[in-house]
Amino acid sequence: MGRIVLKNVTKSFGNTQVIPPLDLTIEDGEFTVFVGPSGCGKSTLLRMIAGLEDLTSGYIEIDGDDATQVPPSERGLAMVFQSYALYPHMTVRKNIGFPLRMAKMDQSEIDKKVETAAKSLNLMDYLDRKPADLSGGQRQRVAIGRAIVREPAAFLFDEPLSNLDAALRVGMRLEIGELHERLQTTMIYVTHDQVEAMTMANKIVVLQAGVIEQVGSPLELYHKPRNKFVAGFIGSPKMNLIEGSEAAKHGAQTIGIRPEHIDVSTTDGMWEGKVGVAEHLGSDTFIHVHGVEGCDPMTVRAAGDMSVKNGETVFLTPQSQNIHKFDAEGLRIE
Amino acid sequence: MAIVAKSSKFGKYGRPTLAWIVGLLFFFPIFWMVLTSFKTDADAVKPEHLIWFTPTLENYLNMTENYDYWRFAKNSVITAVMATLFTLFVGIPAAYAMAFNPSRATKDVLMWMLSTKMLPAAAVLYPMTFLTKSVGLFDTKFLIVMVLSLINLPIVIWMLFTYFKEIPKDIIEAGKMDGVNTWGEIKEILIPLAWGGIASTALLCFIFCWNEAYWTVRLTTTDAATLSKLIEGNRAPEGLFFGRLSAVSAAAVGPIVVLGWFCQKQLVQGLTFGAVK
Repeated sequence: MGRIVLKNVTKSFGNTQVIPPLDLTIEDGEFTVFVGPSGCGKSTLLRMIAGLEDLTSGYIEIDGDDATQVPPSERGLAMVFQSYALYPHMTVRKNIGFPLRMAKMDQSEIDKKVETAAKSLNLMDYLDRKPADLSGGQRQRVAIGRAIVREPAAFLFDEPLSNLDAALRVGMRLEIGELHERLQTTMIYVTHDQVEAMTMANKIVVLQAGVIEQVGSPLELYHKPRNKFVAGFIGSPKMNLIEGSEAAKHGAQTIGIRPEHIDVSTTDGMWEGKVGVAEHLGSDTFIHVHGVEGCDPMTVRAAGDMSVKNGETVFLTPQSQNIHKFDAEGLRIE
Repeated sequence: MAIVAKSSKFGKYGRPTLAWIVGLLFFFPIFWMVLTSFKTDADAVKPEHLIWFTPTLENYLNMTENYDYWRFAKNSVITAVMATLFTLFVGIPAAYAMAFNPSRATKDVLMWMLSTKMLPAAAVLYPMTFLTKSVGLFDTKFLIVMVLSLINLPIVIWMLFTYFKEIPKDIIEAGKMDGVNTWGEIKEILIPLAWGGIASTALLCFIFCWNEAYWTVRLTTTDAATLSKLIEGNRAPEGLFFGRLSAVSAAAVGPIVVLGWFCQKQLVQGLTFGAVK
């Protein structure tokens, strides 16, 4: 079980309030991702759930029990850190078995659990090595192993993939996803990478300056961003936000259109502009178009074989059903 | 052609020469003391035997008889070891608390600790003497252990603090998440990780305790007297027995010089306060 409820939780460092009153419920078995720009309070929030950071006010409930004053060691949660935080003086076997040893479990039982975890994480060949002799990906797997042997109520991940290179990150992302499928344990995952958030989460919590901007499934956030911030933050490349007369035509202060919802033509269309840079990824071409009123440059996602040159004139037409409208406060207009 | 930095001639030859001169200058008194310890008391004061003399072990062989060397040596070992252990016993948790759970006052507390080292010892000499005499602690090993511990605590805490600061906080927090209590964090994680730092701190603390003379001389008479007291005590009546005096002095500093020689690397690391990893 791992249902976590945050009620009226706040956090201040001195006179600076980093988390204004916040309510959030994480259901048992959910994969929740906290996402937001650097300094938005997502890690602080996770550390408060872990018990590594005190609450300034409010309370935290884990499985129906008030956990606000419970020390981290007794919350039944396991955490995976960005820096892996392995014990450098212990072998992989000892690292993974450490929480069990602290729980005064039988050595034979510990050995069994460590081997099961190591097998599932492909670490069998490394059990007697020290962390310094492992690669980044292997270290992260050891950290995950140390977390899973405890069979925690929930896993907390604090940007666990940030220190890995791009290829490894994709692989580990998949492994963590599979782990969740297999264990069906609550996972809370902090990242600033919205691709990670979109690909892994059942539920995304978008934070900015300690405030929850929106909570929803990845597709909800993609299709119905509650405000301009979420619209701009979720989706890659970013949504184009257009202000001025073009927005006024739709009865809005700002309109947003995602790069993949714009049709490109070299002959005719609604907006005219000149190609700045075209990024050819093979599967797609991202074209940065200058000269469109109210949005400069505008990013367009075109087919991979689209051939355009710098300085060429192109015509853009947004797909009308995919235009997002926002009022003067930046809130979504339905 | 690429531009590369060139080392000057001074850097190559001058600097090592200078270092040798300074080193020899510092070493000379020790050398002279050891040399004198192999002369008879009569030879020690004769200018013609300054360098050329017939070496003798007599001074060393008579050391126990002349000075009761081993009693003082035993006291030195007991007080220095006990004081070092006690200092670590108090210093490790203190430095741990400040390194991993700092508050706004931590910096001030550290500075305050260091400031106690700036107090002239003479300022509290009389209160200390009267106080310890009136409570019956004067000339006891317990008192010497306490005094040595207290005067070394600030420096020990500072050193341990800088070592502990180098341990990533995440590792300690991972320990908390893994179900370790405070004592477990110290025992299972902190001590094994900072072992090198703790060892060099302990070594330095031991050396400071061994060499301490101000308080050990003034707060002891016989029972708790250490080697410092032995050397100091022999000054007046036997002022002319340079050979004997040199031998007992050499025997007093000998153990620490040998210890220091073997642990040079750790000591340098300790004295640079963890600046060199």
